[in-house]
Amino acid sequence: MSKDIITLAHGNGGLLTHTLIEQVFAAAFANPILDLQGDSALIGLESGAAVFTTDSFVIKPLFFPGGDIGKLAVAGTVNDLAVAGAVPRYLSASFIIEEGLPINELKTIVASMQRTARQAGVVIVAGDTKVVEKGGADKLFITTSGIGTRIHETQEFTPANMRAGDCVLLSGTIGDHAIAVLSARGEYPLKINIQSDCACLNDLTCKLLRAVPAESIRIMRDPTRGGLATTLNEFAKGGRYAIEIEESEIPCKQEVQAVCELTGFDPLYLANEGKLVLVCASEHSSTLLEIMRAHPLAKAAACIGRITDNSFKKVVLKTTVGGTRIVDMLAGEMLPRIC
Amino acid sequence: MLAYLNEFRTSKAAGYYLRAIEKVAPEHQVTLMEICGGHTLTLVKYGLKALLPEQIRLISGPGCPVCVTAQEYIDTALELCKLPDVIITSFGDMLRVPGSYSSLSGEKARGADVRVCLSSLDAVEIARRHTDKQVVFLGIGFETTAPTVAYAVKTAHRENLTNFSVLSALKTIPSAMHALMQSGETDIQGFICPGHVSTITGTSMYEQIVKQYAMPCVVCGFEPTDMLCTIAMIMAQLKQGAARVENQYKRSVKLKGNTKALEIMEEVFEEQDSTWRGLGVIPRSGLKIRDSYKLFDAAKRFSLTLPQAKENPACICGAVMRGIKIPSDCALFAKKCTPDSPVGACMVSGEGICGIYYKYSQH
Repeated sequence: MSKDIITLAHGNGGLLTHTLIEQVFAAAFANPILDLQGDSALIGLESGAAVFTTDSFVIKPLFFPGGDIGKLAVAGTVNDLAVAGAVPRYLSASFIIEEGLPINELKTIVASMQRTARQAGVVIVAGDTKVVEKGGADKLFITTSGIGTRIHETQEFTPANMRAGDCVLLSGTIGDHAIAVLSARGEYPLKINIQSDCACLNDLTCKLLRAVPAESIRIMRDPTRGGLATTLNEFAKGGRYAIEIEESEIPCKQEVQAVCELTGFDPLYLANEGKLVLVCASEHSSTLLEIMRAHPLAKAAACIGRITDNSFKKVVLKTTVGGTRIVDMLAGEMLPRIC
Repeated sequence: MLAYLNEFRTSKAAGYYLRAIEKVAPEHQVTLMEICGGHTLTLVKYGLKALLPEQIRLISGPGCPVCVTAQEYIDTALELCKLPDVIITSFGDMLRVPGSYSSLSGEKARGADVRVCLSSLDAVEIARRHTDKQVVFLGIGFETTAPTVAYAVKTAHRENLTNFSVLSALKTIPSAMHALMQSGETDIQGFICPGHVSTITGTSMYEQIVKQYAMPCVVCGFEPTDMLCTIAMIMAQLKQGAARVENQYKRSVKLKGNTKALEIMEEVFEEQDSTWRGLGVIPRSGLKIRDSYKLFDAAKRFSLTLPQAKENPACICGAVMRGIKIPSDCALFAKKCTPDSPVGACMVSGEGICGIYYKYSQH
């Protein structure tokens, strides 16, 4: 390619657009469906209802410890399908590029998407590219949509499935992604060695779903923006009971805790990009925990709480000193403290 | 660091101090005031109140920097950010505090250049990088932040950064404690004194309060067991009929404080009367920039005419900070006033009483 940065001409539908598609996207994502380059992709699905989702990804910086926007864009949509109990099958990817983005950066991101997709067993079968003028976007926005097929065809994962006595399992440490991104932004004068947890959860969810009878996993979610607290609040609001969690059981890396101590952030509200929280029947919790702990993405998995028989539809945290408090939805922004 | 901190957060340690409190707790009701918003946060975040004997009541005081900042100050900042070629730099909490007609975050969305800083030195760095702009730092807070603001002013002076200035609304804690006691409205039997402020000032400034009002004053750290230990210490004083200054937070607070920080504060600032939200004008309770550094005083650099400040008459932030009301007494609390759409300053800050109650308690 003659130039080393994206220009508006790369988005005008002409020769440069075609070169960009050929040399960057088609080259990286090559597969029999995409290679046909039709206006739509023709995909085959087995019988039964499909699961369909979409998500947009904007992140600053584009590259951060443990990932980049491309990995995030694939993992995010794969995870939304995975926690719906599906095997992710096909993805589409749309790119809004700000002129001036180095083409090498775009190639690196696209390669990262392809690598992540291959590892997750999904195929990128459709896509689109637009270029906007300088200031019209922040370097690169990616939207991915995904289709998957369900493992247990009739099972719906809703908070209404939760029963008193059920266990709340969490696949690992919280807040890694948020702190990795914050440290990459350089806004905090701290040397933190923390990697984002950005990862595809579908292998883990498939193993879990296949190990226990249908319906015994009541609901699954990946606690992304808003963190664990927000996800559990969504569970509580949609269910019929309170959720009681133990502060001392919630895994959190020392580095993340340290940043939270200094800034006043609460790890419960920090974003994750590769964690799974699920509610299951208590008799299957040890089987599920064992599978989680044997999986590379969930070695630090823990049972962090229970569904109580209290009809107060809130999340209650038992603190390390033995007190209790409400964990509500994130209200306002989390801001660093003054003193 | 965390292993060290976690020692202060175990149920075993908490149990030890709770038993100590039980032993000295009086039969009648006792009300203590925690001055600092950080203490309110610890109490509520760790669910300590429910662990204490019923007769021990804790109320919050005027120790949240954002909350006590007067409406007129916010309005001044709002006028400043609309001037051409001005960059407003501020601690994050200030951005969403509603002024009479807007907020800094509202003006930022409309195009004003308002930037969040973690330290006043970040603002100096912005001034270095933007010599064609006037960079104004919103200097709020107490003795904890004042030395850092003083250091920023001295740095700008040394580097001749004439585009840097501070709009000071810095305040001193003991004057507010005196004002509370003299108002006669606040019925309390002991002060839980702020640990970070005292790290700078030392503990002797509370002697006058003890002497004048026969009020136990215990300087307290911010971990849950620090607070339980402090409560036990105050209860023991009350049981003995004593009133003295004690220091629970010895790992940080020394008798004479941080003399270097005090010197730099003294060099850059002098006392002035200051308006506190909820408490009104308290004589000699504020810090203004001395004439020797007047070049860096935004109040002198910019002349502004301000519209009459107006507050929502239903907001009871003032009474909440005087310890005579609690957030749920307010008709706006959790209805019209929420962290996403705050009416009063106490709902905004991480150390604001209403915000803390909203976030961690049932409402």
